[in-house]
Amino acid sequence: MADPMRIRAAERDGVVNVKILMSHEMETGQRKDGSGKIVPAHFISKVTATHQGRTVLSAQWGPAVAKNPFLEFNFKGGKKGDRIAITWEDNKGETRTDETTIN
Amino acid sequence: MMRRTMAAAVLAAGAVLGAAAQSNPEAEIAKYREALAAGNPAELWEARGEALWKQKRGPKAASLEACDLGKGAGVVNGAYAELPRYFADADRVMDLETRLVHCMVALQGLRFEDATKRPFGAGTNRSDFESLAAWITAESRGVTMNVALSHPKEREAYQLGEKMFYFRGGPHDFACATCHAENSKRIRLQDLPNLTEKAGAQLAYTTWPAYRVSQGELRTFQWRLNDCYRQQRFPDLKFASDASIALTAFLARNANGATFNAPAIKR
Repeated sequence: MADPMRIRAAERDGVVNVKILMSHEMETGQRKDGSGKIVPAHFISKVTATHQGRTVLSAQWGPAVAKNPFLEFNFKGGKKGDRIAITWEDNKGETRTDETTIN
Repeated sequence: MMRRTMAAAVLAAGAVLGAAAQSNPEAEIAKYREALAAGNPAELWEARGEALWKQKRGPKAASLEACDLGKGAGVVNGAYAELPRYFADADRVMDLETRLVHCMVALQGLRFEDATKRPFGAGTNRSDFESLAAWITAESRGVTMNVALSHPKEREAYQLGEKMFYFRGGPHDFACATCHAENSKRIRLQDLPNLTEKAGAQLAYTTWPAYRVSQGELRTFQWRLNDCYRQQRFPDLKFASDASIALTAFLARNANGATFNAPAIKR
């Protein structure tokens, strides 16, 4: 089970700023381990952010994204107290969803 | 003709910019740190550390919440800024890691060897100490460093640490002081703090633990010491040993008066 994300969401003048830290190895599939074997690729391939069920961000990621990625974005239309949910899915089919309240 | 002059001017400007960037790598690194600070992955370790602190573990199925870090059982806030210190129950000066091991043994019933099996993590093999240290030190963020040295054993540890800092040895005839007793020393582009001066000692101690971007790991001050020992080609600094505690006590005391500001982010 992957570790939880750290999500911060703050509304200011009608714009919600969202900051997300995800815990993930983000292996590129290009590195070799001590015995010379390739470390299999393992990275987040899809990120979705929803606000009250409406998708406000959808991203396709690849192995070029750093380990323990940080994502920040803004969207309009959110209010304080609304729920925002972030979901990531990796290339091994593992997935994790975390929620927070906008403040 | 006009165009050629312009091109030459642009080239010259480029050369000046390039030279400026090269002559001031510290400023460039500072910019890099600033860009990273907004999303410091150390927070992921902090969250894990807090969960570990509260989780019932070991043969005695106890949490660490009854652990006394020096300010009373279970008091975490500000505790790190006063460590290492003397603990009467163990009759010994202890740093954070040693105290955690003590609590794991005393409260959770773990064996010393099991508790200290993995002081530093790598990849998915995470170290409990790095997570716990991340959370406990974060609870001292903004607190003024205050290592008292009021007990004779604390002063003894400080003096031993000072001796170790200046002790030259090993195949390279190195001491900590070889790198850390002069201004503007560096390894590649990385500035080395002068730990014999107040400002350098304070800046260095108050910014560990840190998330190391190049390793993708959170590293503790304990790790920093161990890696310095490796770089000097000294024998390994033994985890939770008196020598390790003494050196930590020396460096922590020299940071007194500074505002603790970690977990930080470093390249």
